[in-house]
Amino acid sequence: MMQKNNTFARIFNILVYVFLYLPIVVLIIFSFNDSKSRTVWSGFSLHWYQELLQDEEILAAFSTTITVSVIAAVVATVLGTAAAIGFHNMKRRPRNLFLTINNIPMTNADIITGVSLMLLFVAAGNILGFSLGFGTLLVAHITFNVPYVVLAVMPKLRQLNPNLGEAAMDLGATPWQAFWKVLMPELRPGILNGMLIAFTMSIDDFVISYFTAGSEVSTLAMQIYAMTRKRISPEVNALSTILFVVVLTLLVIVNVRQVRQEQLNEKRARALRKGGNG
Amino acid sequence: MSKELIRLHDVCMAYDDELVLDNINLYINDSEFLTLLGPSGCGKTTTLRIIGGFTTPSSGDVTFDGERINDVPPHKRQINTVFQKYALFPHLDVFENIAFGLRIAKVGEKEIEERVNEMLEVVSLKGFGKRKVDQLSGGQQQRVAIARALVNRPKVLLLDEPLGALDLRLRKDMQNELKRIQQQMGITFIYVTHDQEEALTMSDTVVVMDKGRIQQIGSPEDIYNEPKNAFVADFIGESNILDGIMHTDFVVEIFNRKFRCLDKGFAPMEPVDVVIRPEDIEIMAPEKGRLQGTVTSVTFKGVHYDTIVDFKGYKWLIQTTDYHEVGSVIGIILNPDDIHIMKKSEYSGMFGDYSSYSAEYDEINDPDFDADEAEEDADDED
Repeated sequence: MMQKNNTFARIFNILVYVFLYLPIVVLIIFSFNDSKSRTVWSGFSLHWYQELLQDEEILAAFSTTITVSVIAAVVATVLGTAAAIGFHNMKRRPRNLFLTINNIPMTNADIITGVSLMLLFVAAGNILGFSLGFGTLLVAHITFNVPYVVLAVMPKLRQLNPNLGEAAMDLGATPWQAFWKVLMPELRPGILNGMLIAFTMSIDDFVISYFTAGSEVSTLAMQIYAMTRKRISPEVNALSTILFVVVLTLLVIVNVRQVRQEQLNEKRARALRKGGNG
Repeated sequence: MSKELIRLHDVCMAYDDELVLDNINLYINDSEFLTLLGPSGCGKTTTLRIIGGFTTPSSGDVTFDGERINDVPPHKRQINTVFQKYALFPHLDVFENIAFGLRIAKVGEKEIEERVNEMLEVVSLKGFGKRKVDQLSGGQQQRVAIARALVNRPKVLLLDEPLGALDLRLRKDMQNELKRIQQQMGITFIYVTHDQEEALTMSDTVVVMDKGRIQQIGSPEDIYNEPKNAFVADFIGESNILDGIMHTDFVVEIFNRKFRCLDKGFAPMEPVDVVIRPEDIEIMAPEKGRLQGTVTSVTFKGVHYDTIVDFKGYKWLIQTTDYHEVGSVIGIILNPDDIHIMKKSEYSGMFGDYSSYSAEYDEINDPDFDADEAEEDADDED
């Protein structure tokens, strides 16, 4: 009986993954297709990737994406880390309140974040005299990245021995030195993870970018969308494949790092408990 | 001879209307081993944090060497701390943990090496310099924490329940070790614990605290032999605490009988608390004793038997090496120096009655007792 159930569960599992990933697999395969056809395989070629590299618009979008993602990730990391430390030092009630507020944008539909940010930028732009463009795109990315950084740094803060900073100051370190020499090395893995997640989110984002970038600049995701609307060229397959591989790699890195840190924490906890043979 | 180093003058501490410290007055001499002893929540750790500079008192003054240091931040005080859970820096190895304070102070590389190695030897961790902190056992981490504090040659070392996480045998070893280190370095130790035995073993001076107030300050012998009130008498060791009436100097009435004692200075016929330590009571044949009672329970404790004896409905704990079986009638005599008289206090009537005595009595009543911890300790013993 048990055995039967297991087999069924396994098949079901496989079906779910096939359903989820088959379209992407087909897309990746056809990005290497020699002909323009999206249904008939006519031999392996890197033709579409070469096309990509010669397409000015795509190169511009690529550089926009990288620039926005890097700057947004770095700025969000600084802001998010500072916010996390601030939340951590609050009393329980306000802390929970702020963390909930922090979490709402992540569960909120992108389209609502995108439209509301656009409305804000347009209104502010009317008064202050700017229009949608790279600046607003960047601010939007920073905005939706900060909560992810906070979420990545908080657990590290919670694991921290509460006396660590005090111990450093006790030994003569100024509060600033205590932060950089003792707290920072402990938080660094969480902060790096936060930055990687933020970077991934930025690369990956389409909806919010679409509403906040205006008509002058576009990111790779926006470019793909635009391409599918004009002429459906297999370049789209190639570009999507690149984007997919980059995001997948980043996510794998983040996950592996998190697992490693959990193992390390467990090791430390075990060492402290093992008091008997000193 | 030894001069005063730290003084707390009328120190109060309040968190959101809750008074955590209530008029603490205390001075600490140079090279003294002083222990702040009390149950959890008595304010002992807050007092330590005020001395360390991590907490600023709501009112009152803290002086160090005669200078007011209320607002001096921790990194500018000649005081170092050993924290409860050690708070070692996990990203640094043992050597760098100990060298941390010296590097902040920009001490030369050669001197750092000398002083760290010297400290490693003091705490018996020679050759452990390159180890990672998480490769050390709890006891070894404890030693690193002590070395890390002492290497800076502080005038005062604060220790916040440093042995709390260690198992029983290791704790005994570390008690001796700490006392040795303190004498060898010749500096002041201020030690926080809820373990009365630890306090009596190591300290020159014990400060007993409860509810944010100092209950008594004195040498371990003073505290044990001359407790000031029922709280101190009960917290330090076992005691039978009885209602008595002081007739005149040196004469106290208990159970309608008069006993000679060594205490004086009370008003005539003043109601008092009488402390009788269970190990001071001498058991006789019933006809020879001044009081007669019936044994209701006997527990073997190794060195002695905990014998509960019913005297007219009031149960006493008597510790005796002789076995008296349950139900037998015994007599006791009390010598004048077995009796200690205390003024009535808010604690009168709360302690010192063994009517509900059971072997688990201490554990149930110990506010710090943690069932999980006890289990872990038991595991460690295996």
